[in-house]
Amino acid sequence: MGADTMSSRAIAGSVSRSRRDFLREAAGLSLGAALMSASPFVSAESVRRRRKVIVITFGGGARDQETFAPEGQENIPHLLNELIPQSSFFTQVVNRGILGHYVATASLATGVYETLNNFSAVPPQHPTVFEYFRRDLRRPADDAWVVAPSNGFNRIGESDSRRYGSGATVVLPKRLLQAATAGTQVDYEHLLHDNYETPLYTPQVEGNEFELQQMESVLKLSVGDFLAHARTLASPDELSVYIAKRLMALFAPSLLWITMHDIDIAHSGAYSLYIDGIQRTDRLCAELWRAVQSEPEYAGNTTLLILPDFGRDADQDSGGNGFQHHRTGDIASRTTWMMVMGAGARSGVVYDRPVQSIDLVPSLGAMLGFSPVDSLGKPINELL
Amino acid sequence: MQPSDLQPENFAAYPPLARELAVAHLPIFRKLPLTFLSSLLLQVIDYDFRFPEERRAIDQELSCLSSLDPGQLDGWFAPFAKISLSPKLERMDWAGRPAVFLEEESAWLWTTQQQDAFRAAAMEYQTHLESAVAVAPLPVCRLGIALVGQGVSTWDAPLFRNLRPHGTWFREVGAENGLAALLGVVESRASAHPVPFGHWYIDGGDLADHSDGLTCVSWTALRPVRSALLNYMQKQIQQPGMGPEQLRTNLAQLQPADLGMGVNSDPVLDRFQLKILTEGSGTQIFSTTFAQWTAREALRRAQPLTMLVRFAPRQRQRPMNEMLSNAGAAPELDPAGSLVDADMGAWYQWINQQRLPGYDRSVFIAWFEGHKQALVIAPTLPRGTQSNTPMDIQKLISLAVG
Repeated sequence: MGADTMSSRAIAGSVSRSRRDFLREAAGLSLGAALMSASPFVSAESVRRRRKVIVITFGGGARDQETFAPEGQENIPHLLNELIPQSSFFTQVVNRGILGHYVATASLATGVYETLNNFSAVPPQHPTVFEYFRRDLRRPADDAWVVAPSNGFNRIGESDSRRYGSGATVVLPKRLLQAATAGTQVDYEHLLHDNYETPLYTPQVEGNEFELQQMESVLKLSVGDFLAHARTLASPDELSVYIAKRLMALFAPSLLWITMHDIDIAHSGAYSLYIDGIQRTDRLCAELWRAVQSEPEYAGNTTLLILPDFGRDADQDSGGNGFQHHRTGDIASRTTWMMVMGAGARSGVVYDRPVQSIDLVPSLGAMLGFSPVDSLGKPINELL
Repeated sequence: MQPSDLQPENFAAYPPLARELAVAHLPIFRKLPLTFLSSLLLQVIDYDFRFPEERRAIDQELSCLSSLDPGQLDGWFAPFAKISLSPKLERMDWAGRPAVFLEEESAWLWTTQQQDAFRAAAMEYQTHLESAVAVAPLPVCRLGIALVGQGVSTWDAPLFRNLRPHGTWFREVGAENGLAALLGVVESRASAHPVPFGHWYIDGGDLADHSDGLTCVSWTALRPVRSALLNYMQKQIQQPGMGPEQLRTNLAQLQPADLGMGVNSDPVLDRFQLKILTEGSGTQIFSTTFAQWTAREALRRAQPLTMLVRFAPRQRQRPMNEMLSNAGAAPELDPAGSLVDADMGAWYQWINQQRLPGYDRSVFIAWFEGHKQALVIAPTLPRGTQSNTPMDIQKLISLAVG
């Protein structure tokens, strides 16, 4: 090879700093191994009963180089400057399952690598975190909610397991908006296409999702007010956060799961829109954390976990087309990060050891006091 | 059916040249594991509509495989042989419809967590093949050109950040007649080295004036095809029971004539363009995606000696509030967003060029169209440096290709 030229393999090999190095530097955090002996998570039952947990999936899939790598840090000022200093940061969260957004989110929610059809509106094959939470802790229906982007997620709230079966109520804001605008001249096709992996296909909804008719009775929101507010928002994820904050104010659910999805516009191949999505999601995560601080039911007793469901293909992988998809199963598409902040979380600590996506549910179980018996993951000791 | 059961009639539905090729190589096909053979047959079945470089590569690969002794075959294909397939997959008409089979196989590999093993097997095979097949020298160094930023008057954000470490960043390039000069280089190389499908001009908008001898693909010229395709897709998704997998299968079966192509045009190029629109994600919607994906696929498949890609402004993605408040507004263009897209597109164009033989001699020029910034990667120029020396485009071209 000439001195001035490089093959794509050489380019890949020329990355001199490991991802954990730049993640650690970006976060400005200390190593966590030495802190293992003194857990800040208090597991007394009285504390558990007040504990709130919010999970945000930083979707749909973002790479290091557009987020925590030096060249990507400009896209996540809120995560970097506001949230990470308060967080325990896990630099290697590996997803060994199927890299489709619904099936991967289902895997996150069950603690098992699900193998369901990513594009079918079917329930997870194993009990969800919401079912464990509600059954083991005897929690009512309004204590567990999911806010999710697309029709395909409408069954994420509960499995078909006969041992469980009562999980979270699922709100699909885009579907609500679609219903609210039905019969009008609004061109919502581009906005409301169900997901970006198959932009022209919308799965039929059947299941226990939140219906338009319930908006007024449950969310105390008229269709007119909902539409008026939607007109002030730039994206479906902004609508999701609006709904989430409404749920927090009305029901203060102890387990709230929000699936972001704007970033997945990367599938359209427009890099600028992918970056816009990352910047927006960064802002929305901070906005939600601020909402946590301002809600009396949440301030001081809430643990927030933010993690992408997976990454996206590396530029150098010839089987893919870089940021556009997550089809190769390469390291970049399988490896991502997680930050945990708030009640019980150590601030300013970075953990380098690999954990898996399916470790999330057992960790939540340990925090909240339920037993996810079917999960194949392991509790993350650093969170216990 | 297993590969060892293959008979000539299994290829009866293949186009003539593909059928002849497949039957001639039956002996080696019968020795290959199905997990590999299905991918090979996907290449073979389209042989009649493949570019000359693709045909040469397929011929070389088949010749190489046929020359392997049993021990070598075992060594090359043991990783594929370890991958298990379901009886349902094995019962499919994988020889007659390899694309449909591969779709199902892919889902199976992910579901059974064998995708990583398959990926490793494929990479290992590629390494074997590259070391066994001789690479013919190119008649001239490969040249890639990317024009980005059409329609952008001012831009303060950094450009070419990914490319800069690999080349020289020029800050004072005179823009006058830049497009004509760069197209002129492409035309003169096409004239000097008249290789079929060897010199490409891809435009994300309207084609500029150019001479014969170039293979041209443009967003604007394909407008009727794009409209026909979107209409077809809309009708398809309204069919009861239609899902994404079925939609993809149906799209893969479209012929150029189904979308109004094929009148006085090259059948190989028609097929290529059809695949760009039916297999590429976003190529039907955004011109920047169309240009980037076309460049990627042309480089991967046709391996051109010269390629000029001119990105043009794509339609603007309207935010939600705007869509709700102003439903019927005509789509506007987004020059600034398109520049960001194109900057990444130029990076990918160079990466894809570097995957081809002769990468160590290849040259790449990226120019912010109508402005003073350009980036050149060439064996004769230093990497990771900046030049503030004023020069015109012709001088820049001379520095790049001599």
